Amino acid sequence: MNEKLIYLDNGATSFPKPEAVIQAMTAFMREVGGNPGRSGHRLSIESGRVVFEAREKIAALFGVGDSSRVVFGQNATEAINLGLKGLLRSGDHVITSSMEHNSVMRPLRALEKEGLDLTVVPCSREGFLDPAEIQRAIKKNSRMVVLNHASNVVGTLLPLEPVGNICRNHGILFMVDAAQTAGVIPIDLEKEKIDLLAFTGHKALFGPPGTGGLVIGRRVDEKTLQPLKRGGTGSRSEFEEQPDFLPDLCESGTPNGVGLAGLRAGLEFVLGVGIEKIRDHERKLTAGLIQGLLRIPGALVYGSGDAEKQCAVVSLNLEKWVPSELSFRLDEEFGILTRVGLHCAPSAHRTIGTFPEGTVRVSMSYLNTEEEVEQTLRAINTLARKGA
Amino acid sequence: MSLGVVLFASTHFAIRAEKIAKAKGFTVKLIPVPRQLSSDCGVCLRFSWDLKSKIEETLNQAGVPMEGIHCLD
Repeated sequence: MNEKLIYLDNGATSFPKPEAVIQAMTAFMREVGGNPGRSGHRLSIESGRVVFEAREKIAALFGVGDSSRVVFGQNATEAINLGLKGLLRSGDHVITSSMEHNSVMRPLRALEKEGLDLTVVPCSREGFLDPAEIQRAIKKNSRMVVLNHASNVVGTLLPLEPVGNICRNHGILFMVDAAQTAGVIPIDLEKEKIDLLAFTGHKALFGPPGTGGLVIGRRVDEKTLQPLKRGGTGSRSEFEEQPDFLPDLCESGTPNGVGLAGLRAGLEFVLGVGIEKIRDHERKLTAGLIQGLLRIPGALVYGSGDAEKQCAVVSLNLEKWVPSELSFRLDEEFGILTRVGLHCAPSAHRTIGTFPEGTVRVSMSYLNTEEEVEQTLRAINTLARKGA
Repeated sequence: MSLGVVLFASTHFAIRAEKIAKAKGFTVKLIPVPRQLSSDCGVCLRFSWDLKSKIEETLNQAGVPMEGIHCLD
């Protein structure tokens, strides 16, 4: 990489990672290497400690008292699938929003074909959800509400606490997809009354791809949870049935030890800097980007338009420009890396009015700078003046 | 000096118990579960048997679920 790139695709995966993450992963591969929870030798135990500490830090981040209720998996998608397929039965009613990613929509649509009763409540063009819409959608057979914390298309934050209260009052489970917010916006399972929290390790938690998981709240009876996979866990090996306790119930097969070593270091980075400071910085970048875009002739900014009401994900278009051409030219001529298209969320694009052409998405991390935002604004301005 | 072990359902709890016991200043070690106690392939926490009640109390207070405590003699 000779030229200096400006990476603005952190909503897909964060890059770069803190140096400590890379060091933790190389140290694991060079010096630890054992299979956690399998053997009794020191390297297996040390590997187990790495996984344990990653679990403890996830628990600390989300206000979970018992870290055994954090189960690791590949990514948020797997966690969402576990929460949905593991708990929902034919005839159950589920409520979700029109701003969801396909990680929620696709498993729900598949379950719908098997008898799930599904309601998708509409959001505004800015991506806002009125909690009263959830209240209105509740039926006798309602079992779960599933919402993203922030849209991966426009960053708009959904009202977790009001919806959590509604769910608790009706005895309905509340699952949150925190793919875009875990590590950036404080999340507390108790305060927001979340029963299931799906997170990814490789975005704002700065871990590597291949890490993520589901936090299973105390109100969820794990005896009713069907794991996605069954197999070796290192525990209860004398039995041919899957253990019924967490985390082993949901963690069959060799875990991603090296990935979790990196995730642990990423979590230490996030907890060390402090979530409030991370959020402040990202809010500043987001506000600067939105305000700057609004001054560019022909620029269209989607979403809330207010950095207070969203995370550092901004979708835009330029009049007369095809989004893919804009994204390509930003990359080719300026080394600015954005994402273009529908961002795996067709329903969200229908909601904000950009289906099927999509948008150019700029998504920032704590490691982006105000200077990079200014350079990006200058580049978009230059292209806007040149014309497509 | 006799030695004892605490058994756990999951490695997760064994490692948690080790951390808690060490933080309290107890000398403990994670070792493979002795064959005569279980065919499980996991680990257990070894300690000096004269600490049995203190270890048990510490882990109970911390809410670490235990599967059993055995003297190795």
